[in-house]
Amino acid sequence: MGKVAVVGAGMTKFVRRAQETGRELAWQAARMALDSAGMTLKDVDAVVIGSAPDAFDGVHMKGEYLADGSGGWRKPTMRNFVGGATGVFAPIQGWYHIASGQFDTVLVVCEEKMSSCHPHPQGAFLTIFDHTTERPLGPNLLWIFAIEMNRYMTVHGITKEEIALVAVKNKRNAMDHPCAQLGEELTVEDVLNSEIMAWPVNRLDVSPASDGAAAVVMCAEHVAKRVTDKPVWVEGVGWHLDTAYWTNRDLYYPRYVEYAARMAYDMAGIKEPRKEINIVEPYDPFDYKELHHLEGLLLCERGEAPRLTADGVTQRDGDLPVCPSGGLLGVGNPIAAAGLMKVCEIFWQLRGEAGKRQVPGTPKRGLAQAWGDLMQVGAVIILGR
Amino acid sequence: MPERVAIVGVGYSDVRSTTPGLSYKEMMYEAAVRAYADAGVNPRKDVDSFICVSEDFWEGTSIFDEYVPDQLGGALRPVHTVTGDGIHALACAAMLIRTGRARIVVVEGHSKHSDIRTPHHIHNFAFDPIYHRPLGAHPYHLAGLEMNRFLHVSGNTREQCALVVRKNLTNALLNPRAVYGAEVSLEDVLGAPPAFTPLGELDIARPADGGFVMVVAAESVVDDLAGEPVWITGYGWCTGASAVDSRQWGEAVYARLAAEQAYRMAGITNPFQDLDFAEIDDSFSYKELEHLEALRLCRPGEAGTLLEEGVTLPSGEFPVNVSGGSLGVGHLLEATGLHRVYEVVLQLRGQAGPIQLAEVERGLAQSWRNLPTTTGCVIILERS
Repeated sequence: MGKVAVVGAGMTKFVRRAQETGRELAWQAARMALDSAGMTLKDVDAVVIGSAPDAFDGVHMKGEYLADGSGGWRKPTMRNFVGGATGVFAPIQGWYHIASGQFDTVLVVCEEKMSSCHPHPQGAFLTIFDHTTERPLGPNLLWIFAIEMNRYMTVHGITKEEIALVAVKNKRNAMDHPCAQLGEELTVEDVLNSEIMAWPVNRLDVSPASDGAAAVVMCAEHVAKRVTDKPVWVEGVGWHLDTAYWTNRDLYYPRYVEYAARMAYDMAGIKEPRKEINIVEPYDPFDYKELHHLEGLLLCERGEAPRLTADGVTQRDGDLPVCPSGGLLGVGNPIAAAGLMKVCEIFWQLRGEAGKRQVPGTPKRGLAQAWGDLMQVGAVIILGR
Repeated sequence: MPERVAIVGVGYSDVRSTTPGLSYKEMMYEAAVRAYADAGVNPRKDVDSFICVSEDFWEGTSIFDEYVPDQLGGALRPVHTVTGDGIHALACAAMLIRTGRARIVVVEGHSKHSDIRTPHHIHNFAFDPIYHRPLGAHPYHLAGLEMNRFLHVSGNTREQCALVVRKNLTNALLNPRAVYGAEVSLEDVLGAPPAFTPLGELDIARPADGGFVMVVAAESVVDDLAGEPVWITGYGWCTGASAVDSRQWGEAVYARLAAEQAYRMAGITNPFQDLDFAEIDDSFSYKELEHLEALRLCRPGEAGTLLEEGVTLPSGEFPVNVSGGSLGVGHLLEATGLHRVYEVVLQLRGQAGPIQLAEVERGLAQSWRNLPTTTGCVIILERS
């Protein structure tokens, strides 16, 4: 298996309603990633595209539509799709393109334009449910996550105040991110007093709908050594998809995330993740999800993540910085692009290029994770210096 | 030297023009059970990864990958979707195996086209929402335009395109998997009602339902499995130009570049000599000729002559679409490429029954993702 490095990254601003088309957003991010690696499209052997449901952009076969904007012009171009986990799976697909020996340099581009979906992108989520057993009920994504959050709180006796701390932390972190949509100084009370969407979920517990794109350049070892003296290596990858019958599972714990993490840890040779991972970007479309995922990633015991947060361990200057970027809650959530943004953040942090967001010390190893489908899929990538 | 990879199990759910009695999940299950039995694998224990191909809008469900794991035995396992043709997924399976992190990978694709009430309206959503879709034209108008250009540039004729239809519908008569087999004359094809001029109604592949599952394995485990291996020795895929205004009309650039990648891997320098037969895209009659030329199976402008001389007939020197192709079998959406690979695997194993070719060692399957795309895949399969 060949070694694979990330050598460049770029992203657009995440905004509520971009004037650019999806192809243009993809182009901007792709261009920035190539520029940062000192490369041009001529150096790229293949393109990997990540984008979540076609229903957002309202474009059928969206990967085909995005291809030229993403650099996929007369090149092998492939789009993967694992719902919300797509943004972290895309670099995993880039990894296997290269680790297999098939290609030397791959451009990975993730785009999402949710604002095209009127009146609100939540409408697109009405079409993700089983057409026979669930869709007639008119379910809403907020409802099913409210069920999951409630279950998580009930099993461990966790309060909404403890969970709101995550939203406060991430939105504050995002104030230092030049691409952020919702960086803000908030208090726990602000979160608790925001309007209730579907109890126990309040508005500020949730990430926004966003437009945006992100991209990374990945390459084989011999190319990486030529183009940069600061390669960031892919040390581990993992992904798992649980049963579609989500109503039959106990939602208090994301076992699919654990399985994905174990797959990645096994590949990276990590025995004690809490000690061997320096920085984490878990998927945080809702504040409780950050906690949920920290537990699934085996970075703390089940039910212990709120205490870690309250103790400041997960702050940017804490022992285990979590979502130093500002996460989806703060930077924004253009689904697939948001996942890849997390991988970009780990890349910049490990290279010491995260500017005002830089965590203290010199982190050696970081992990990005995304989650999606019907509370069903986990994707994990581990990067190291 | 990367590890060699083989298809060790294949299974399908019957190809039909309509399938009111089965859901897509049941079709997937049926195909999977057959493929696992063929390969002699237990999906819960032996399979390291699963790859499915689908497009949300065809399925009528957003984030369709939610609904794939259970009926494949893939729940709580590494499963991912590729929104591409089945051959894209086979290439992904081969790459995953060559990383050394997987030994057995399952690939799935299906079409439940008969569930789609307004296919052309759905199809139109694939066009650029700003520049093209507002024109409101039927998606197939692009094929008519391209056919015109292709015939003009290459010198192939309208009559030769009709010959493709006659050949493939005739071939399909013998294939148990083909829905649209028929005896048609050249006059029938040329005299059919015009559709998207110069395309007539019979020049266009009609949709069908069906599901395919394949088990792909590393050489190191092939001997432990029951299925007779067919080796994947080359693959390639390419997206030419997604925007209608920047593409090369009249030449299938994507097929040429995908084939170059696959030929390089398989060490093929003269495709016509080095290969024995091919299953190639014929979603529209002219596409078979255009693709033959792009795959360098003949020189530009000579595909029609090859056909007239009988070279691409089942009895010819280089049979093309002996299965009946998409014109004869029916178009299977994302599963189309897997169907072609299935036909090639059966031929190489000597299991093709009434359509079996004599003495075939090496075959090619090629797919195109239909309008409005310029995306296609090529795969080379060998018996030993």
